[in-house]
Amino acid sequence: MKIQVLGSGCPTCKKLFEITKQAAKELNIPEEVEYITDIQQILDMGLMSSPVLAVNGKPALVGFIPKVEEIKKAIQKNIS
Amino acid sequence: MNLFYPIQLFANWIAFGIFKLAPKSLAGESVSFFIYDVAKIFILLAVIIFIVSIIRSYLPPEKIRHILARKNRFVGNILASLLGIITPFCSCSAIPLFLGFVQAGVPLGTTFSFLVASPMINEVALVLLLGLFGWKIALLYIFSGLIISVLSGIVIAKLKVESLVEPFVYQSLANGSVELPKMTKKERLTYAKDYTLDILKKVWRYILVGIGIGAWIHGYIPTDFLVKYAGSGKWYGVPLAVLIGIPLYSNAAGVIPLVSALTEKGVSMGTTLAFMMSITALSLPEFMILKKVMKTKLILIFAGIVGSGIILTGYIFNLLLG
Repeated sequence: MKIQVLGSGCPTCKKLFEITKQAAKELNIPEEVEYITDIQQILDMGLMSSPVLAVNGKPALVGFIPKVEEIKKAIQKNIS
Repeated sequence: MNLFYPIQLFANWIAFGIFKLAPKSLAGESVSFFIYDVAKIFILLAVIIFIVSIIRSYLPPEKIRHILARKNRFVGNILASLLGIITPFCSCSAIPLFLGFVQAGVPLGTTFSFLVASPMINEVALVLLLGLFGWKIALLYIFSGLIISVLSGIVIAKLKVESLVEPFVYQSLANGSVELPKMTKKERLTYAKDYTLDILKKVWRYILVGIGIGAWIHGYIPTDFLVKYAGSGKWYGVPLAVLIGIPLYSNAAGVIPLVSALTEKGVSMGTTLAFMMSITALSLPEFMILKKVMKTKLILIFAGIVGSGIILTGYIFNLLLG
């Protein structure tokens, strides 16, 4: 289980990181949420929008900040 | 019939009915003018941003890149400019967009067309133009904005400036085919609603202050007051407006209502349009950020071409519209 937030380091991305940490905590996911500000990694995933929420290396949410509930749903959808 | 007539009635009712200001008095007219403009702008903002967000959820930058990578130069420039309209732009998204385009093989000229159009023709500026200046000026702004971004891209392509892009940009090749997470209809609507609220939250203060000062100018400063300083006969009006516009980027929402009031007082339309284009298209923070991926010389070329385009547009409209 690997949850990553990728962004350019702008305030929007940091906010997604904070909300995702909260979502992971509420889902009782023990692993730390990773925060990556290397833009090239976003590009290597084939994406150009930031921020990105990736679960196990796959983009789950791209380009906007959703509510905690939506992040939880996105994480659960991508685990199975 | 004027679509906004009910709002005018509402504004009059508040100004003359609730606040008991005398109609035709300066204070009464200013308050009614303020309420009318504020209500109209916020309704327009909510509706238009919502619609644009829905369209955008179908056309994320990743899809746009896919479209642009296969187009030849001229068609690519036009498409890039058109697609730039619906893409929101903040200085933090400039780098990933630039890298993503160039690494996927989108020509540099096409990429620049996109980089000019995306901030210049944005929905907040458009709504303010539409609400405060009317649809003719708004259309004029869109068309001249499109022409400037298409031509800037073509000129940059002709200059063969690839060597002025930082070499690391070309070292990785972006993976062009990615499976984006699918969005349901409901998710698109939620996204559009959240995005609209987000933008409104960001700009409402500036708009209130801008329209507030505008209403004051409207009521208290004599018409034609500015003609002798900024009328169409003054050659320096346009370049000066463009220079002043460069550092004002983040406050486009507050500046446009102000400019609309100044136009009433004698600033010519070409100068006004050039000023607004400079506010949106030439932004200091964006230039600073672009330094990460290109040499300063290329940024100067880019700013110079777009700036000249805007100045030329300003002069043309001053000639045509007087």
